[in-house]
Amino acid sequence: MMLKQNKEVTLVAPDGSSAEIVVDAVERVAPIRGRSPSEILWLKLRRNRTAMIGLYTLAVMYAAAILAGFIAPYSYDNARHDLPFYPPMIARIHIFDDEGNLSRPFVYHLIPVDPQLATYRDDTSRRYPLRLFVRGDSYHILWLIKSNIHLFGVDEPGHIFLFGSDKVGQDIFSRILYGAQVSLSIGIVGIIISTIIGMIVGGIAGYFGGATDFAIMRIVEILLALPSLYFILILRQSFGTGMSSVHIYFIIVIILAFIGWATEARVIRGMVMSIKEQEYVIAARAMGFSNARIIIRHILPNTLSFVIVTATLSVPFFILSEVALSFLGVGIQEPEPSWGNMLVAAQNNRYLTDFPWVLIPGLFIFLAVMSWNFLGDGLRDAADPRTLS
Amino acid sequence: MKTFLIRRVLTAIPLIIVVTFITKALLVASPGNYLDSLKLIPSISPDYIAQMESKYHLDSNNVFERYWYWFWPALQGDFGFSFTKSASVWSLIGERVPNTLLLTGSALIFSWVFAIPLGMIAAVHRNRWIDKIIGFISFFGLSIPSLFFSLLMILFAAKTRLFPVGGIHNQVMWDSMSAWERFVDTSWHLVLPMIVLGTIGLAQYVRQMRSEMIETLSQDYIRTARAKGLSRWRVLTRHALGNAINPLITIFGFSLASLLAGALLTEYVFAWPGLGTLTFDALINKDEPLVMASVVMLVLMLVVGNMFADILLGIIDPRIRLE
Repeated sequence: MMLKQNKEVTLVAPDGSSAEIVVDAVERVAPIRGRSPSEILWLKLRRNRTAMIGLYTLAVMYAAAILAGFIAPYSYDNARHDLPFYPPMIARIHIFDDEGNLSRPFVYHLIPVDPQLATYRDDTSRRYPLRLFVRGDSYHILWLIKSNIHLFGVDEPGHIFLFGSDKVGQDIFSRILYGAQVSLSIGIVGIIISTIIGMIVGGIAGYFGGATDFAIMRIVEILLALPSLYFILILRQSFGTGMSSVHIYFIIVIILAFIGWATEARVIRGMVMSIKEQEYVIAARAMGFSNARIIIRHILPNTLSFVIVTATLSVPFFILSEVALSFLGVGIQEPEPSWGNMLVAAQNNRYLTDFPWVLIPGLFIFLAVMSWNFLGDGLRDAADPRTLS
Repeated sequence: MKTFLIRRVLTAIPLIIVVTFITKALLVASPGNYLDSLKLIPSISPDYIAQMESKYHLDSNNVFERYWYWFWPALQGDFGFSFTKSASVWSLIGERVPNTLLLTGSALIFSWVFAIPLGMIAAVHRNRWIDKIIGFISFFGLSIPSLFFSLLMILFAAKTRLFPVGGIHNQVMWDSMSAWERFVDTSWHLVLPMIVLGTIGLAQYVRQMRSEMIETLSQDYIRTARAKGLSRWRVLTRHALGNAINPLITIFGFSLASLLAGALLTEYVFAWPGLGTLTFDALINKDEPLVMASVVMLVLMLVVGNMFADILLGIIDPRIRLE
């Protein structure tokens, strides 16, 4: 009714600008009718600026993680032991030459003065222009494409350490990109597994109720009541040590999913309990459908928008847990980088004060967590039916 | 009140049993034990290792048996000796628990003292610039990884030399200090880890306080109180605050677990000698008696904290009766 009235008002409105506002209002509200909950969620989310900033930032970060080999000028384990703690060169890319004329970006050759103290000086007689699509270390993209062409780089023997180099002379910028593959993907993989477990367990608890519900909810309560990091560490120790990083990666994902499903299950159980009383579910039951079919085909799809919200808000937990484990030395092991094990260098007070660029991976953890929070907050607002109008 | 306390204590018992049993089972399942590292040292005789193995029942892989050998003495108050530190587990934990309580307690006070006024200010000046600034700060606090924040704080301390970079007190001077100097010194060391640990809670509480306060301020009784001619300040503090603060206390109960988990990382980075670092070292070294006792201690802290939250809720909200 309201929509129709609005439209009529626009037709008779004498003033052009006000007519536009009303038309705008109609266009904003009207598409909601006859659309699926997920579509409504997306339409409302698109209007939330911070959520969209979060979404775009994440899109860039995840794309960069996938294309890490191409964007990174070096391989993650390309160590130049003669160049430890090389300062970040992002501020040392020159675009003016000695005469002050604009030239293509270049870097000077840096000579180690005292490798023990990690001091360097510029050799202004030798300069290396920044070049696009240079050949260097070979890499794989998604295990499929093998190449050795990098987005940018400088010719040997020059070096381009955008964010500086670490203790053994590895490029921090490249390692952040490779580390993103671990730290960012654990969030996604972990949340998918724990959401599936949470949906199944929560669906069963909510649908059947009674003793099943009671038993499941006691387990959920214990999982939620425990300080997760301790539990994660105890679980981690039960797998032993001395494994490859790939192996550890899967162990971490399994452990985190094993703990993370509880939040999802609690939310879904509550929703299922209210949905199962609705007429269409009763109708489905009267038609003789099996319980599994009713839960999977009829009830769970209706919880989807809330599942997405809870899942998005839980991703930081997975990212931060991996970072914590790797930082504590029981996660991803060197030379494979993760944002957590890269920060270990900052544990050393001398490294931290003299070479503060070892903290840069922390900035990216912050950025990723904040973007997920932005997106999750936006999704929560969008999924709230009270904001529909 | 009495029945409430008794019931809470009784419900804590199965929780402790379940959690310690799971812990024991995971420790038994983990490959190797503490004695493996001793076997590598040639000066330790195999007889001694065999003796230790049978004394601590490390040779058995039966979870129930191993649990029972821990549980029965523990029930009588004997938690055993630490493998690595050759001291009784109780004395080690007794040393560390006050430190952890000091850190978490002050972090809690820090977050409450700032969160309540900030949340109120944000709610009263809703959608104005001050609300936006507070909202930004709380979002920042919610998103900054405590690990990164700790390292930034240490960098700050090391560069400015305003604060110590870690530890709980000045090791060199401690013995010659007077009680007052010790207090000042410990507080000095406490500031940075307290801020780091308190910020996570602060951000949560500010957001919650703001939304509760907005909800409360829109109630009829607030309008009535204002219409009666009461001052804005009095309505805010006497009428709105008490009602808005209730859900915060409930959240406080839930957030204790994450506070203790956060304390582990903060203690680790700041070299704060608390329960978190003790438990972590014990886990790494497979020091089973110490791990088990730490887990008991953690669960006890959680249960007592939650009980405290419930009692507080009963005091603040007269509608809630503790029975």
